[in-house]
Amino acid sequence: MSQKTKVIEKEEVVIRFSGDSGDGMQLTGTQFSDTSALFGNDVATFPDYPAEIRAPQGTVGGVSGFQLHFGHTEVNTPGDYADVLVAMNPAALKANLKWVKASGTIIVNEDSFTDRNFEKAGYDSDPLHDDKLADYNLIKAKITSLTRECLKDSGLDQKSILRSKNMFALGMVYWMFDRPLAHTEEFIENKFKKHPLVVDGNKKVLHAGYNFAKTIEALAYNYSVAPAKIKKGTYRNITGNKATAWGLIAAAEKAGLPLFCGSYPITPATEILQELAARKDLGVKTFQAEDEIAGICTAIGASFAGNFAVTTTSGPGLALKTEAAGLAVMTELPLVIVNVQRGGPSTGLPTKTEQSDLMQAIHGRSGECPMPVIAASTPSNCFEYAYRASKIALEHMTPVILLTDGFLANGAEPWRIPKMEDLSPITVPLAKEGDDYLPYARDEEKLARKWAVPGTKGLEHRIGGLEKMDVTGTVSYVPENHQVMTDIRSERVKRVANFIPDLPVKGEENADVLVVGWGGTYGHLTTAVRELQKEDKSIALAHFNYIFPLPKNTGEVFKRYKKIIVCELNDGQFAEYLRSNFQDVKFEQYNKLQGLPFTVKELKEKFNQLLEEK
Amino acid sequence: MVDTLLKQPAPEKLTPKDFKSDQEVRWCPGCGDHGVLNSVQKAMAQLGKPKENFAVISGIGCSSRFPYYMDTYGFHSIHGRAAAIASGAKSANPDLEILQVSGDGDALAIGGNHFIHAIRRNIDMTILLFNNEIYGLTKGQYSPTSKHGMVTKTSPFGTIEQPFHPAELALGAQSKFYARSIDTNIKLTSEILLDATKHKGTSIVEVLQNCVIYNDGTHSLITDKNTKEEYQLVLRHGERMIFGKDKNKGLVMGGNGKLVVVTIGEHGITEQDILIHDAHTPDPHMHWLLSNMTAPEYPVAFGVIRDVAALSYEEKMVQQIKDVQEQSSIKCMDDLLNSGDTWTVE
Repeated sequence: MSQKTKVIEKEEVVIRFSGDSGDGMQLTGTQFSDTSALFGNDVATFPDYPAEIRAPQGTVGGVSGFQLHFGHTEVNTPGDYADVLVAMNPAALKANLKWVKASGTIIVNEDSFTDRNFEKAGYDSDPLHDDKLADYNLIKAKITSLTRECLKDSGLDQKSILRSKNMFALGMVYWMFDRPLAHTEEFIENKFKKHPLVVDGNKKVLHAGYNFAKTIEALAYNYSVAPAKIKKGTYRNITGNKATAWGLIAAAEKAGLPLFCGSYPITPATEILQELAARKDLGVKTFQAEDEIAGICTAIGASFAGNFAVTTTSGPGLALKTEAAGLAVMTELPLVIVNVQRGGPSTGLPTKTEQSDLMQAIHGRSGECPMPVIAASTPSNCFEYAYRASKIALEHMTPVILLTDGFLANGAEPWRIPKMEDLSPITVPLAKEGDDYLPYARDEEKLARKWAVPGTKGLEHRIGGLEKMDVTGTVSYVPENHQVMTDIRSERVKRVANFIPDLPVKGEENADVLVVGWGGTYGHLTTAVRELQKEDKSIALAHFNYIFPLPKNTGEVFKRYKKIIVCELNDGQFAEYLRSNFQDVKFEQYNKLQGLPFTVKELKEKFNQLLEEK
Repeated sequence: MVDTLLKQPAPEKLTPKDFKSDQEVRWCPGCGDHGVLNSVQKAMAQLGKPKENFAVISGIGCSSRFPYYMDTYGFHSIHGRAAAIASGAKSANPDLEILQVSGDGDALAIGGNHFIHAIRRNIDMTILLFNNEIYGLTKGQYSPTSKHGMVTKTSPFGTIEQPFHPAELALGAQSKFYARSIDTNIKLTSEILLDATKHKGTSIVEVLQNCVIYNDGTHSLITDKNTKEEYQLVLRHGERMIFGKDKNKGLVMGGNGKLVVVTIGEHGITEQDILIHDAHTPDPHMHWLLSNMTAPEYPVAFGVIRDVAALSYEEKMVQQIKDVQEQSSIKCMDDLLNSGDTWTVE
């Protein structure tokens, strides 16, 4: 496509696009990652944006970023530090400079480096003249004026012209990494198909950026990142939230039941509801309720009426759903509650990630009220764990909490598309007309009761929140019966452990250190441990997806290691939970509460420290 | 799967007894709920639908024990949430006939939000609202419909709150069906329930109910044998608004936009001057005036005050799904998984 001076092969590259929250950086980042995935690289992405839709322009608080990591080898995280930073204004530079690798490349939109913007970003003087930038490869491009010049005869208004400047930046980065423009051109054609002027304008600016970078030879060399060696199959990019939605739909189809989602919009879970709402073609019913409580209550009503019901939320919403979740436990109705965790408590950090709802998920209800808790660990395996949560809910007749988090929800990665026929079957214990039905009679293996759907002749019965008599299901205040029913509710959930896989361990059986994690920290933990293993360090990783109940071999695994460190994005909730389950095991902790994922660097430092303490 | 289960052949003839469950009814002797239970069982038997298609869904409170006494599908849920649970059940399974039972505390205090939103959406169900103006199950605290100044355990010096009028809330939420009855009038209640169940959309049926223990006689002015005919106006669509022991009182529209009680035969008033009830007019203005009448200035209006046809939520939901399915090329999960940008690694 272009003549390159010098090409350097790289294993992996991290790029961070940043600008005002209205600058289109999320779109730009998504385009680059999709193009790279189509090219055959392994990719992981992470958007980092403010809670405000349009925070004050030009301020550090209003900076929206999108980081992506693509490689010739396996990529498990969006990367700690960027090789290339695109900063559309001084605030973006200020907010992100600390995330750029030493001697990395920084592209700035020079036009936005004005006194007024320095002031808004909190700079005393022009940072471009600062010695601090001397160690970086600084590329100054007048992106605004070049875009304006490029489109001066386009017939577009000033606002539309300025809006396309992100395409200039994207074009530049495409040249630097030798990426084809075709995918983005096609995207532009589809997105703006009703506005041919906008299509032409955006494409023109994209090419202008590409050619500009080529003309100025933005880099002394071009980088090339060869396609990764990836398992055969058909792939697509997918975010955690979309994968969650699809996992739920897949489970409903497999179970042969309509899917009903009662939900209330809440960051960062909203996209699940949106995706389900868009899937009317697959018969999905979505009910945008008046509040979080109605979200779960409509789902419970739908479950009572025979649909596969789910509700989706984030931490504060889960708190509101608490009482109704207890009702689902008491009535033993299948239900999946998805909690996309965010920084808390209270409104906390709505757009940032955290793992601090673990205890709420396990224990946060009135009474003795157990329900299974499972956690997804990568954006794409949100599909798998949403499916597994659904299977447990439907087969064991129980509400299940699925934990994901803001990092998984918004992060994206290539995903090998499964075939429906390869997914394990879901067998729903439906009662049928003519059955001798008793609402709380159970099967021996799972202790699941049968589901008699209203409309089925002869199976009329009543359920509710009051304690029920064992087997018959009539209201009962008999003291001994409450003991029996409490024990059954506990045993039912414990028996889920008979239906889940063992805890896998990556690394030697007797390594000096066992790293323990759960949920969304998988990518960073696995990368840190893998890199240390490559350095011949004696370290292993046990990462949990099944939280409650724990896999049956968990105690056996812990016995094999002398030093165990539990890493999580909270103040030690999983460590505390493990201590209460395994009182003879010593668990060290590594915790972070900054609304951000771990970095591989900080993890490796911590693990090295632990390996050295003998 | 669920849909096919519901395609039933013509049902056998049912009697009110078929709707009685084997559970002992535990309301206080003399409680107005007993009468309403009889009315409901009577109405359900008359509907001619198989009883497995009925689901009775309630929240918490004395009246919310209702599902246990009905031999239908039933769900006794949690405080205030029955309207939401019923909304989900109906959307999931539109063939069900849903009776949602609530009290004034359950529906208008803790569940007020769900109450108004169910009405706004027009989900096809009947909300049977028992209004006794008191919290009975918790033993006598004031409710959102307690009269201003009422002395209760939590208002020992009288309440300082304005009460809700359920009809105002319902009409404010764009209710298409609002009716009022009284616990002692089993015939009227079951007649109203028949209309309410036949109406497509959220039907609000307020039943003025007496709590013999904690608020005995709260409706006595309009239920007292000696005065009730003077203070009860039973409205029927297309009929004149006439009431009174001698059937000689009626309502006319006053010059100031207010209803006026007149006597036929006095001041030149004839029967032809009395207003005719139109329950089907979409304009809620007259329904508002009628449902807000209070004794002793006016008679209290009973019967079906408003009954306006409109599409229900779940009808629109089903239609929308059908329309999208007809147009979409995605027919199953495999189609979705392979839609859009994909690439193959050899």
